[in-house]
Amino acid sequence: MIDVIGKIFIIFGIAFDFFGVLGLVRLPDVYNRLQAATKCVTFGSAGILFGVFLMHGFTNLGFKALLGIVFIFLTSPVAAHAISRAAHRSNIPLTDKTIVDHYQDDKELKEE
Amino acid sequence: MKWVRWLIGLVVIVAFLIWDLFFLELALEVKLINIILFCALFVLFRVIVGPSPADRIVAVDILGILIVGMLALLSSYYEKSYLLDVGLIWALMSFIASLAFAKILEGRFLDD
Repeated sequence: MIDVIGKIFIIFGIAFDFFGVLGLVRLPDVYNRLQAATKCVTFGSAGILFGVFLMHGFTNLGFKALLGIVFIFLTSPVAAHAISRAAHRSNIPLTDKTIVDHYQDDKELKEE
Repeated sequence: MKWVRWLIGLVVIVAFLIWDLFFLELALEVKLINIILFCALFVLFRVIVGPSPADRIVAVDILGILIVGMLALLSSYYEKSYLLDVGLIWALMSFIASLAFAKILEGRFLDD
């Protein structure tokens, strides 16, 4: 029974990985791509690792899978935030359909 | 012209999924690893043609996350836990690499 639940988690994670990568190919500019690709992390690979943990229980493989979830959840949002901030500061243009850009407004307000 | 590209992509993806899931006689984990490698092809497409440097950094980051998921499945298939050690180290190293790339993209150097 717990084996079937683990496999369901793994298939769910692979579906999230696939749609995140599809968003990485399809979306128009780097910020949208980053927003779609970060979905790969929080449900994709973490779902796969949690499924592996459920399938193997508290063996050394299961503990390493749990440790992998902790590492990914701690490190990946920090990296995504740093990349998007650096991209905006190095003047990579937004897409044409952009309506509002609050970060640019704040920077202009600060310069005044 | 747009819907022709849509149709070609949809036919390629659906043909791959049907061939992978119903015509290969392998274990379930190996089929799922095939799907992750197919996703990695899309990510490599974004690494090669990405118009700005930030796109390439995002794609390399997501490639590391996909590799962590793939190594988890592989160690679950072989019942060997040392393959997951490679995944843990890969997650930490790709985090540090993303931060360093973001800092260089912003125009600063590593010892600021």
